[in-house]
Amino acid sequence: MTFLQIVSIAAGAMFGIGALAAIWRIIRGPSILDRALATDVLLAIAMCGLGAEMAINRHTDTLVVLLVLAMFAVVGSISIARFMAKQDVS
Amino acid sequence: MNTAFEVFAGLLILVSGFLSMAAGFGIVRFPDVLTRLHAATKPQVLGLATVLLAIFVRNPTWGVASTAVLIMVFQLLTQPMTAHMLGRSAYRTLHVRRDLLIEDDLGRDIAAHADD
Repeated sequence: MTFLQIVSIAAGAMFGIGALAAIWRIIRGPSILDRALATDVLLAIAMCGLGAEMAINRHTDTLVVLLVLAMFAVVGSISIARFMAKQDVS
Repeated sequence: MNTAFEVFAGLLILVSGFLSMAAGFGIVRFPDVLTRLHAATKPQVLGLATVLLAIFVRNPTWGVASTAVLIMVFQLLTQPMTAHMLGRSAYRTLHVRRDLLIEDDLGRDIAAHADD
């Protein structure tokens, strides 16, 4: 078993723990702002996971996906935060 | 020589995985939106930076380098906007635990300009 295989197993476990925690916060989150924030964290962990897979398997096929996600991931959270009214406190 | 690069890239990937796990723990354990906002920015900036550096170490070409720099620039442009809007909206819609704040500059300014 090479070093990078051990790294892929360990990093996959850690990405999985982080993603499960973010999903738990999306389900439980008391307000919609918590859910938007947890969705952002889930997206960032997915970007890190895609990049780690590219670095381990030594290809650059999904680098463009990372670029598009970095450009347009901002739209959802900003529109939720911008158009959130004061009566939506739950 | 080749294995040294592999070990370096592997360590960078482990750093990114640890930051993702730390963000997950922080977003579950912290009490309100502003403190969760603090925990959430770890994989978004430093985790992505280490992973992009690992990709460049494994594929050392100019195209990969320029695309990685572009990804990091867009991430650093857009994530502060998201954090600012979420924090402002959390403050205005009373999702802030007042008893956890040490200093409340915005509340003082709002109270000072309440008549305007």
